[in-house]
Amino acid sequence: MVARTEEIRVENLRKVFPSRDLNKPDVVALDHVDAKIMPGEFVSLIGPSGCGKTTWLRLISGLEVPTDGAIYVGDKKITAPGRERGLVFQDPNLFPWLTVQENIAFGLKIKGKLTQEDHENIAELITLVGLTGFEKSYPYQLSGGMAHRAAIARALVNNPEVLLFDEPFGALDAFTRMKLQNDVLRIWHERKTTMILVTHDVEEAIFLGQRVFAMTPRPARVKKIINIKLDYPRKRDDQTFIALKEEVLSVLDFHNI
Amino acid sequence: MIGVVLLVHNLVPNSVTNFEKPQPYFNILLIIVFILSLLLAIANTITKKIKVFQYNSPRIGVAFALIGIYDLATAKFGWINTLFFPNPDKIFGALVNNSALLVKCLGYSVWLLIIGWVIGGILGVITGVLIGWSTNWHYWLDPFVKFLGPIPPTVLIPIALSAFPTSFAASAFLLALSMWFPVTILTNSGVASVRIDYLEVADTMGASTIQKIFKVALPASLPSIFVGLFNGICASFITLMVAEMLGVKYGLGWYINWQREIMGYANVYAGLIVLAIAFSLIITILFRIRDHFLKWQEGLIKW
Ligand SMILES: Nc1ncnc2c1ncn2[C@@H]1O[C@H](COP(=O)(O)OP(=O)(O)O)[C@@H](O)[C@H]1O
Ligand SMILES: [Mg+2]
Repeated sequence: MVARTEEIRVENLRKVFPSRDLNKPDVVALDHVDAKIMPGEFVSLIGPSGCGKTTWLRLISGLEVPTDGAIYVGDKKITAPGRERGLVFQDPNLFPWLTVQENIAFGLKIKGKLTQEDHENIAELITLVGLTGFEKSYPYQLSGGMAHRAAIARALVNNPEVLLFDEPFGALDAFTRMKLQNDVLRIWHERKTTMILVTHDVEEAIFLGQRVFAMTPRPARVKKIINIKLDYPRKRDDQTFIALKEEVLSVLDFHNI
Repeated sequence: MIGVVLLVHNLVPNSVTNFEKPQPYFNILLIIVFILSLLLAIANTITKKIKVFQYNSPRIGVAFALIGIYDLATAKFGWINTLFFPNPDKIFGALVNNSALLVKCLGYSVWLLIIGWVIGGILGVITGVLIGWSTNWHYWLDPFVKFLGPIPPTVLIPIALSAFPTSFAASAFLLALSMWFPVTILTNSGVASVRIDYLEVADTMGASTIQKIFKVALPASLPSIFVGLFNGICASFITLMVAEMLGVKYGLGWYINWQREIMGYANVYAGLIVLAIAFSLIITILFRIRDHFLKWQEGLIKW
């Protein structure tokens, strides 16, 4: 696979949320986080709930500013959100006043009038996420899985170098989730986008990621990186797969809870 | 069902057609309505398909029955004071005979309303966005809005009439004010409560502040803005009528008040009918526009 993006370096990252209540201490969400993510890589982040995974993702996207340390893409420091880094939120957050097609077109519309190429691009994305026939539907008419597909397509329309997912399939039923996981893998193969996916589902982390970053409880730090050297498409009932699941669970200390 | 309605229709025109009257118009109206409903009923029994007619005929029938009762009470038996409650014949006659002046007055009133709405509505949306979006603007403008807004514009009528060179400008100002306040408040609350996630989505797409206002905050606030427009239009009706009755020398409010002073009660009712039809039509149009712009809302309540 030929990478078209640059590596992401996370250096000594720290994020503190000041407490609004004087009697409570400030919340240290991330502390001394270092990581390197290779161009075109697929990385899963997994960790206990409330440890700071969302915060980390929002720092990479630029929606939050680090208290200390920095994140670089290549040699550019991230200071603000940008269209080269897409984010798929936990909720689809489609704009309810736009149709599926208009939602997906949003990123292109704000750049200027849509060109013929843009229209083709949008149509292609709708096919890619399997929403053909629902172009003119409003978000309230979509099922949960369809809304998530539309949200993914919307994030892809800018052709970002990095795509960040924040527990995107947590609220979906197992069947829809598995379908969407396959969709994401297909998109990754086709677009060669660097993917960083936050999840609380060990199986999902291993099924998708080339590396799984296991985080400590708050303040989050990378506790261990587990390399997943399985070929795609992966089989969930494979012996190695199950062994890796055990490994990640033990790193996360789930057996002691 | 249709049969019952037809009977009612039959009874009402019959009770009137046998009656001598100075004005032919009410009679003509009844005959036209009667023939129309008869034709529709026949068409309906043949095709069984005219849903609008099937749905509406009972209440139209009852409405005409009520007019018939009123007719009996006034023209036929004189149960109530016919000076203050003229019979339908007279009212309808007044409506037709004064139609030219009534239309002129209506046109004048509606023209004023439109000017007021456009100015007040645009300024209201601008003010609402400013105080809803920017804390700086909020700091400076909010006290101004909170202080001026709750004053009923009708209180300002005497001042406005003397402060402005023409009563037309004064009315336009008062109507704009009536529209401005509710639109400002509801645009503000709409913009201030836009889900932060929508704005963050726009951020990750590389949207500028202006784009976030126009492509996210405003559309997200549309439901709220329409409530503001509705309140503003209702307030402007009140302001306009009071202004026209107090000092403006034209318009429907002025006409009604003038006719009352010269005891032309049939004309007062004619004016009221025109007013009711016009205002209800205006509100209906507003809701049609709203239904179009808010078709993305689930379970939108239609007017
Ligand atoms: N904007 C914020 N203000 C204050 N505290 C926050 C904010 N965002 C997150 N936090 C706190 O930071 C911690 C990590 O949150 P988050 O990154 O959402 O965790 P995760 O996604 O791993 O569940 C939590 O304790 C949360 O309460
Ligand atoms: Mg989270």
